[in-house]
Amino acid sequence: MQAITLTPFDLSLAALLILLLAALSHPLRLGLERRLLLSALRTAIQLVLIGFVLEALFHYAALGLVALLALFMLLVAGREVRARQKRPFTGGWGFGIGVTSMFLSSFSVAILTLTVIIGPSPWYLPQYAIPLLGMLLGNTMNGISLALDHLTGEAFKQRATLEARLALGQSAVEAASDLRRESMRIGLVPILNAMAAAGVVSLPGMMTGQILAGAPPLEAVKYQILIMFLITAGTGFGTMAAVWLGVRRLFDERDRLRLDRLRAPAARP
Amino acid sequence: MPLLTVRDLTSLHLGPLSFELAAGERLALSGPSGAGKSLLLRALADLDPHGGELALAGVDALRMRAAEWRRQVAYLPAESAWWHDLVGAHFCQLPKPAELEALGFDPGVLQWQVARCSTGERQRLALLRLITPGPRVLLLDEPTAALDPENVTRVERLLLDYCQQREAGLIWVSHDPAQIARIGERHLRLQGGQIVTGT
Repeated sequence: MQAITLTPFDLSLAALLILLLAALSHPLRLGLERRLLLSALRTAIQLVLIGFVLEALFHYAALGLVALLALFMLLVAGREVRARQKRPFTGGWGFGIGVTSMFLSSFSVAILTLTVIIGPSPWYLPQYAIPLLGMLLGNTMNGISLALDHLTGEAFKQRATLEARLALGQSAVEAASDLRRESMRIGLVPILNAMAAAGVVSLPGMMTGQILAGAPPLEAVKYQILIMFLITAGTGFGTMAAVWLGVRRLFDERDRLRLDRLRAPAARP
Repeated sequence: MPLLTVRDLTSLHLGPLSFELAAGERLALSGPSGAGKSLLLRALADLDPHGGELALAGVDALRMRAAEWRRQVAYLPAESAWWHDLVGAHFCQLPKPAELEALGFDPGVLQWQVARCSTGERQRLALLRLITPGPRVLLLDEPTAALDPENVTRVERLLLDYCQQREAGLIWVSHDPAQIARIGERHLRLQGGQIVTGT
């Protein structure tokens, strides 16, 4: 089976639905129309651009170019992690904690998968490397931003409790133990939910894509299982690293809670 | 040798302050709101970054692990914080029945739900939680603010006994001149982060 090619007309029909939704948002005073349209436009532009980049990249499959695109994706993900937090760490840490933990988890899982499990030739073949890294980064980014947002937001709210525990002679690690556990849990909830619903409620995106492109369902399922496991492992290790680094930064060398290392949220009018 | 030595202590909006506290000595601390009383206690417990030197019985604070320093120089904030459901889960060692009784509790209190305790009960339980491990210096921020007169007397008696029996030092923030006269052997008055009168 060959995939059915979409025409610009098909896409404009889908775009009409977004316009309809935006038009409905106005009389209902949801205030979402501007954001909705901008996000839709942003998606379209970003995807078209990456489409051109991938076309070019698949043509010149050089390791340097793949690495450059991977680095770009990592830095954008790092920016996104910081932007999704109400009280990110100040200075380089707000960006660095996310980038470091995503790099450690997503890149090592992706490289391991490419070299040992899937084994394309060469191992960095962009048709495999870029989508794989993209899925890993996207999910890890979600987990890490949720976990860090919980960690820093709750540290601010639970200041009295954390300091009471320190004052009773607990170390920073002991005082933050509940907070650390809860942040980890929050970071992993989306992927755990996705695994629970996979196949029963929702057909995961990658498998859907392969089936639409004509792959036999059981082949698509194998890839989907592989990806689910990789994503879970990547998100788990990444979130663990981010929470560990975050807790270290929340306290100083004398185990004091340093909320001055968090940025206050921008005042909303 | 003094029990607690404070030399050129500074933190944000505070100091420099220098004073000493002898073993078994009780120091009352007063001053208007915002004078830096709580900041001083927090800096002494090493909860805020600060300049200057702190030493316990001649041992510099930096030569102890921070958690060890805070077990010895124990700080009771004005509002107590609780993070488990049951009162007893907050005690790393169980209080003696005599101590419970001295504060007007029976041993069953450890099974109580924190959420069902009154403000005054929590304040007394927080104090008990603080002194059970036997710290050498107590830093108390208005420990009787939420208590009725009977319980104020109980808390004062327990703390005076504690200081006497264990030769512990005590720094007590209070706004009540009568209480300052009852519990303080010395009295420091803070204003704008500085000691304005000291005896």
